[in-house]
Amino acid sequence: MNKGTSSPNKKLRKLWIMRSAAAAAALVLIGVGIAVGEVDTVLAKAVRVCLECIGIG
Amino acid sequence: MTKASAESEKQDGIRGKWSNREPSAMRRRYIQVLSFFIYNFQLENFFTGTIYHGDLKAVCVPGLNCYSCPGAVGSCPIGSLQAVLGGRKNSISFYVTGLLMLFGAIFGRFVCGYICPFGLYQEALHKVPVKKLRVPKGLSWLRYLRYGFLVGLVILVPLLVLDPVGNGTPGFCAWVCPAGTLEAGIPLLLTQPALRAIVGWLFGWKMLVLVGLSALSMSLYRPFCRFICPLGLIYGWFNRISLHAITVDYDKCTRCGVCERVCKAQVAIYKDPGSADCVRCGDCVRACPEGAVSMGFQTGMQSGYREKLDIQELAPRRREESRS
Repeated sequence: MNKGTSSPNKKLRKLWIMRSAAAAAALVLIGVGIAVGEVDTVLAKAVRVCLECIGIG
Repeated sequence: MTKASAESEKQDGIRGKWSNREPSAMRRRYIQVLSFFIYNFQLENFFTGTIYHGDLKAVCVPGLNCYSCPGAVGSCPIGSLQAVLGGRKNSISFYVTGLLMLFGAIFGRFVCGYICPFGLYQEALHKVPVKKLRVPKGLSWLRYLRYGFLVGLVILVPLLVLDPVGNGTPGFCAWVCPAGTLEAGIPLLLTQPALRAIVGWLFGWKMLVLVGLSALSMSLYRPFCRFICPLGLIYGWFNRISLHAITVDYDKCTRCGVCERVCKAQVAIYKDPGSADCVRCGDCVRACPEGAVSMGFQTGMQSGYREKLDIQELAPRRREESRS
């Protein structure tokens, strides 16, 4: 694959950086969400029968 | 052993560390069924007509599984997103957005192909022996409808359409989601006479959506996933960078187009292995006569990134080579 060997490795690193950045950003967002109490909102909605979901509300 | 075959075995050996070249269709089916039971392991609730009230419901599952399904032990990410956006406390959903990004970065649309109960439902219906349809090229724009459902019903309606006490309306759940009708509406109405007494036109509309999509699923592969599902749309954005990936080895690929012909989602995987429309069913991997397509979790730096992304660079060069 000729000149291709270094370039793919560079791209592979870039891919891993992008993937890791997305995962890190996701973890930060989850942390912020937990800190501002979003989990309570999700739980409060989920433990009641959602009338909209079943086509009544 | 020839040099070529030795090289091929070496390549396969390298791949074997991170990838499964020929994922079994049956194994995928087992995982789909298993995921349904994991998402909904409170099975007794289907008979009592109640739902699970435990703390596990604070966590969203990756697939589309209604949190009002009697068996559900986790939350639906799309329902939760609307609940937070429409709540009086928060107007931005960091938590659910973060979870969606995390699932996307790890799985991409592997979620759709392997661990989404509503995907399993549509695939089961597609087994019904009726004439199968493919979407004509002129109608491929239909997939952009998903943006309308995401922006309009999942984001804007909960923010803008408020009830008298200030809670937003979960537009997608209320007016469209057939998973909610199937997994929650039907079982709860069957077991709770009180709910049956207050049912109105909205339930009729949602049943119409469910029945229409179910009928269409028999002929057309996963119509909900391809034209409606906002969750699949979001995961599709991550298909190019997700840990789970499909890769094409362009040293082996002959561009015969078999992968495109067998793909029920009509994706030309040899042209774009990171396509946002690919649900990672693996049909292309099994069909490729050259063994050029592979799929799996890329756990090492030796993974097939070159094969995955060099097509733009390789395509013109290979054409030039074949001309000369």
